[in-house]
Amino acid sequence: MRDEAGVNVVWLGSPTFPEAAHTALRDGQLRRNLKHATTTIRDKRLRAVAELDDWETLRLAGSQIKDRVMRHLDEYLLRLEASVTAAGGTVHWARDAEDAKRIVTELVRAKGADEVVKVKSMATQEIGLNEGLDDEGITATETDLAELIVQLADDRPSHILVPAIHRNRTEIRDIFLREMGKHGVPAPDDLTDEPRVLAEAARLHLREKFLRAKVAISGANFACADTGTVGVVESEGNGRMCVTLPETLITLMGIEKVLPSFADLEVFLQLLPRSSTAERMNPYTSLWTGVTPGDGPREFHLILLDNGRTATLADRQGRSALHCIRCSACLNVCPVYERTGGRSYGSVYPGPIGAVLTPQLVGVGTSKHADSLPFASTLCGACYDACPVRIDIPEMLVHLRTKVVDAHRGDRVPKPEAVAMKATKLVFASPRRLALAERLAAVGGRVAGIRGGRWLPGPARKWTAARDVPVPARESFRAWWRKAGR
Amino acid sequence: MEPVAEYKAEVLARIRAALRDVPDEERPEDVAVTREYVDSHVTGDVVDLFVERVEDYRATVTRVAQADVPAEIARILSARGVENLVVPPGFPEEWLKAYQGLRLSDEPPLTAAELDDSDGVITLAARGIALTGTIVLDAGPGQGRRALSLVPDLHLCLVRASQVVADVPIAIRALDPTRPTTLISGPSATSDIELDRVEGVHGPRTLDVLVVVDS
Repeated sequence: MRDEAGVNVVWLGSPTFPEAAHTALRDGQLRRNLKHATTTIRDKRLRAVAELDDWETLRLAGSQIKDRVMRHLDEYLLRLEASVTAAGGTVHWARDAEDAKRIVTELVRAKGADEVVKVKSMATQEIGLNEGLDDEGITATETDLAELIVQLADDRPSHILVPAIHRNRTEIRDIFLREMGKHGVPAPDDLTDEPRVLAEAARLHLREKFLRAKVAISGANFACADTGTVGVVESEGNGRMCVTLPETLITLMGIEKVLPSFADLEVFLQLLPRSSTAERMNPYTSLWTGVTPGDGPREFHLILLDNGRTATLADRQGRSALHCIRCSACLNVCPVYERTGGRSYGSVYPGPIGAVLTPQLVGVGTSKHADSLPFASTLCGACYDACPVRIDIPEMLVHLRTKVVDAHRGDRVPKPEAVAMKATKLVFASPRRLALAERLAAVGGRVAGIRGGRWLPGPARKWTAARDVPVPARESFRAWWRKAGR
Repeated sequence: MEPVAEYKAEVLARIRAALRDVPDEERPEDVAVTREYVDSHVTGDVVDLFVERVEDYRATVTRVAQADVPAEIARILSARGVENLVVPPGFPEEWLKAYQGLRLSDEPPLTAAELDDSDGVITLAARGIALTGTIVLDAGPGQGRRALSLVPDLHLCLVRASQVVADVPIAIRALDPTRPTTLISGPSATSDIELDRVEGVHGPRTLDVLVVVDS
């Protein structure tokens, strides 16, 4: 794997998707939790989207705005830097995860702080910021409810929007009872598994941390190049706490999150809430421009992160994966995600978007695990229909499959598919060989018919473990054609 | 720490190398963006819709004539047991004349702990968005800095009927980007447990809205 690839874009030691999926599929509790959650949100999203009769036009506008940004990314980032600086903020650039972690660590140290509060942010997860800060003696507390659940359980996230989607209420209660006391205000002894009661426990646990924090770290949903305005969209108010109360705010954003203008928010503030939590509007959206004397942080740092994004940008067919606004609608509609869960993808970016983003961020051909992700799809197309910025995920998956296959052409031990394809080519290249193969298949079909088996012997057996082989015809079309004497 | 110029130069160089397929003469505006989406999805009365949509988030909404505002404020605060109320600078004095409890002024600024100890906050708003049931705060007079409407557990917000606009695009175009802005749609909530929405996490768990009908 490339040195600069983020530690968490792909979790080290992750099994390939098919291996991980095998384990996940046997977990009945996980499958019940996922089915319940994804079914609920799918129905709600359809209702929320149906309310806007110009939804398709909004999607098109969202996609075109992102296309404009990507084609002129350097220009927009420079504009953003100038606007944020003019408004009293400081802009840093980070080539990779190591740069970003170093910048954050030094900024936190300069404030004399050894603890920070965090708003849920995919970018900070991608670079493994919490672990990095921990190595430097700085404690980072996640304040989003689901992130807190994952952090307390020393678990891994499994969904972009709801990282603890794999946990049900009873599991969450047990985690709170067991872990909260070790990190601050404990959960009340009479904690039930009512979601309202669990939310209350999180409120009590985190409140003192919010009131005390000197430094907060956030991600960004948008940053407007023309005004320097940065936006965080959230539900719980933990985001507002973090971007408002501490003296210093550090925001880490991927370079692709820049928008041309403040006016473009009129598109994305319609697309995002309805696609993610299926609401007309999420409870809280914070928009801030640099620093405002007497209101909120006195210091604001914006870190612009590359970490594999420019490599993704270079692939014209893969580029639009960077349009993603992290709504997670594609996860919720995906039949593969619903059954295997997010952790099978072995990346902070799971689901259909993860299957196209992860291999590109780490580089195709560099990780056996990431290379397995473009194949983690039935290409049914539900993700494309749900995507609020019209990312053609199925087409990109096919494109990346090609790249993965190309990247492995020189392998010393060829993949079974490569061997099968070579054999097929050999057979198809000669009418004589094809006729022979057809006769053999017919015999095989008769044998299978007698035995009633639908599986293949030998190494191919793995392929038929989850599929039935169609029984070959007793006679091939060509044989019949010849016999009919035409 | 100071930004590192070398990192910036390298990221920009990588971007430019990645975008070799984009013609040099192409300007950002040359990439077409449709603006054919509608400014408003609202057909009926915007204030009626605003009330309905705010209520959908399980906030309480009351319509009140200008003359009855002081009595209504006192009634709500008393019903909620608020005796210790944060009042932002610029909030109309005459509207609080019926309220009997203690007032906390933010001049000089209250500490976060003092805000946490209060029973609630009362604010004006910058705008309301009917379709989404959203209240816009922009730290203007009578709204206070952002922490005021965040830390107390109850937020009583007054929106004038004339401030309610139909839909998101209209509201965004009227915002001043230089002001710290918060869009509030219902009380604090989470969908993090089984993707089911429950109200009440870190922001105010009670959101009461008064729609002041201009007489």
